[in-house]
Amino acid sequence: MSDIYLDNNATTMVDPAVFEEMKPYFCEQFGNPSSLHNFGNKVGFALKKARKQVQDLLGAEHDSEIIFTSCGTESDSTAILSALKAQPERKEIITTVVEHPAVLTLCEHLETEGYTVHWLEVDSKGRLDLDKYKSLLSDKVAIVSVMWANNESGTLFPVEEMAQMAAEAGVMFHTDAVQAVGKVPINLKDSAISMLSLSGHKLHAPKGIGVLYLRRGVRYRPLLRGGHQERGRRAGTENAAAIVGLGKACEMAAEHMEFENTQVKAMRDRLQEGLLAAIPHCFPTGDPDNRLPNTASIAFEYIEGEAILLLLNKVGIAASSGSACTSGSLEPSHVMRAMGIPYTAAHGTVRFSFSRYNTMEEVERVIEEVPGIVAKLRKLSPYWGEDGPVENPGEAFAPVYA
Amino acid sequence: MWDYSEKVKEHFYDPKNAGAVEGANGVGDVGSISCGDALRLTLKVEPETEVILDAGFQTFGCGSAIASSSALTEMIKGMTLDDALKISNQDIADYLDGLPPEKMHCSVMGREALQAAVANYRGEVWEDDHEEGALVCKCFAIDEVMIEDTIRANNLHTVEEVTNYTKAGGGCSSCHEGIENILTRVLAENGETFVAGGAAVPAPAAAAAKAPESPKMGTLARIRKIEAVLDSIRPALQADGGDVELIDVDEKSIYVNLTGACTGCQMAAMTLGGIQQRLIEELGEFVKVVPVAKESLVSMGA
Repeated sequence: MSDIYLDNNATTMVDPAVFEEMKPYFCEQFGNPSSLHNFGNKVGFALKKARKQVQDLLGAEHDSEIIFTSCGTESDSTAILSALKAQPERKEIITTVVEHPAVLTLCEHLETEGYTVHWLEVDSKGRLDLDKYKSLLSDKVAIVSVMWANNESGTLFPVEEMAQMAAEAGVMFHTDAVQAVGKVPINLKDSAISMLSLSGHKLHAPKGIGVLYLRRGVRYRPLLRGGHQERGRRAGTENAAAIVGLGKACEMAAEHMEFENTQVKAMRDRLQEGLLAAIPHCFPTGDPDNRLPNTASIAFEYIEGEAILLLLNKVGIAASSGSACTSGSLEPSHVMRAMGIPYTAAHGTVRFSFSRYNTMEEVERVIEEVPGIVAKLRKLSPYWGEDGPVENPGEAFAPVYA
Repeated sequence: MWDYSEKVKEHFYDPKNAGAVEGANGVGDVGSISCGDALRLTLKVEPETEVILDAGFQTFGCGSAIASSSALTEMIKGMTLDDALKISNQDIADYLDGLPPEKMHCSVMGREALQAAVANYRGEVWEDDHEEGALVCKCFAIDEVMIEDTIRANNLHTVEEVTNYTKAGGGCSSCHEGIENILTRVLAENGETFVAGGAAVPAPAAAAAKAPESPKMGTLARIRKIEAVLDSIRPALQADGGDVELIDVDEKSIYVNLTGACTGCQMAAMTLGGIQQRLIEELGEFVKVVPVAKESLVSMGA
């Protein structure tokens, strides 16, 4: 039996059709797109086509609003630092406590450099308080950066509405949409979003390619200055093969948008329903009514996530965890803690994330395997008794240091 | 991705002594649910001999926490309490053929559970004297709390001093920004300001070699000089339980053998670099220090 890959929010397989499209751009079409001869010219046209494909998926008004970068993180950093550079009189940033480290760590660092960061909190389902958000918008704020969809729980934020509110207050709005692009329909020309980040490898393009969408007219300062590539907004010779691959991947994502939101969603729903029915003391995290179609984040109480992943891996199932131990830090996932999930459950959270390459047969196999693994680990847990959690787990087992 | 040894996997996939021991007379609960690791160790001790007849564990934790718990119970069964207490966390890690630096705290938890269980058996109260912070130096598994405490206790002011006292930052040097941030914070407690000292770029060895233009030494004088340099370094190595011996000199290559605690020490490469730097300075020429093991001497033709 082949292994089952349910970690598509971490990265995805390069689609074979995407790979085919990329192949000529290594040994045959190797020219520099800036060159005027035939070698370069053909590559230049290929990039133009790819830019259009990305534009179409995002529903951007102009193809010049698409800037190719090296990854999602570069796009995020470029967007936020650009807003600060372009508006030196504005020293505040609004973001959320559940952002990806690409935004979170940067904002924490900016705090040490004297910027004020307003951290929007979330409720138990991972939702934001928009009244609170509105009260923070002012002419002191340089940029709002809010993710479109959370990478751990899949919860969607109302970024279009938030961008509109920011625009009314005259504030730039950036969204880290690396988890959303290709999974939910996006139409930027009808939104007030100033900037958007995406990452190729989350939608079946290769790693090492990203995009910053920059709305025409939004004030901008490049992160990398140098050559005239990307109209001087991101210097550095283009990663032509990856750009071509990303273009193809965007075209395919648009074609599969319906499939993603029906078939992929059905697999995710079946998995969650199957696991909740078979395993006591587990629950989905985030907002199950408003999340990515491909993501189910399930907290298995009284056991630890890394141990679950290792046993899943042993039977050929790949998933991921918000557990502290998988990242080398001691605290459990900041996303789970932000939602107020108790430690006994936060450490045991497992994220299953699908792609269009998964099948219902795989889902059934996972539903068969997981209950045994959870039972095995609970048997080892000091929080678990004969047939259920010990009474008052917090009191029955209160270790010396806590 | 974790690089677990086969032994860790074996103890994780098939843990020994899982569950509470029946008729236990010593129980140790340690760990912290917020950190995702908690361990209950139960012991059955024979009162007359203080021999551990049986040991069992219940662990909430990751793969290496479960493996460390399982290893600990295997190690202590049949031991007297006093012998068992001599087990260090490094012994547990060694039993498992090593743990990744991020996971060394799992072995620490094992040792602490043992101390707590013995204290419980003896009717004593065990107090945890160990606080753990975020991992800063991954090369030597040094956490934030340890660095902070060491800075305060020894009035340290530079990254280099922190490395000398704790080893943190002595490996790949990626954590130097983190150490500088800790220094900035701790020094600010006393109203002091952290000033990054020294050169921003380490001087290449070759550049330093140019400095002294001493007359060329004869072979014997040169070897005596090398011996003298090694002798001057020796006390520092012996203080850490190691030593160095000169094996051979072949033009620009100086072959040495690091012995004792230096063997297998992760700092060995740094130590060699330091010796090489000293030799370059003293000899006034570029030389290369090459580590060799005694056994390989024959093949070297020495």
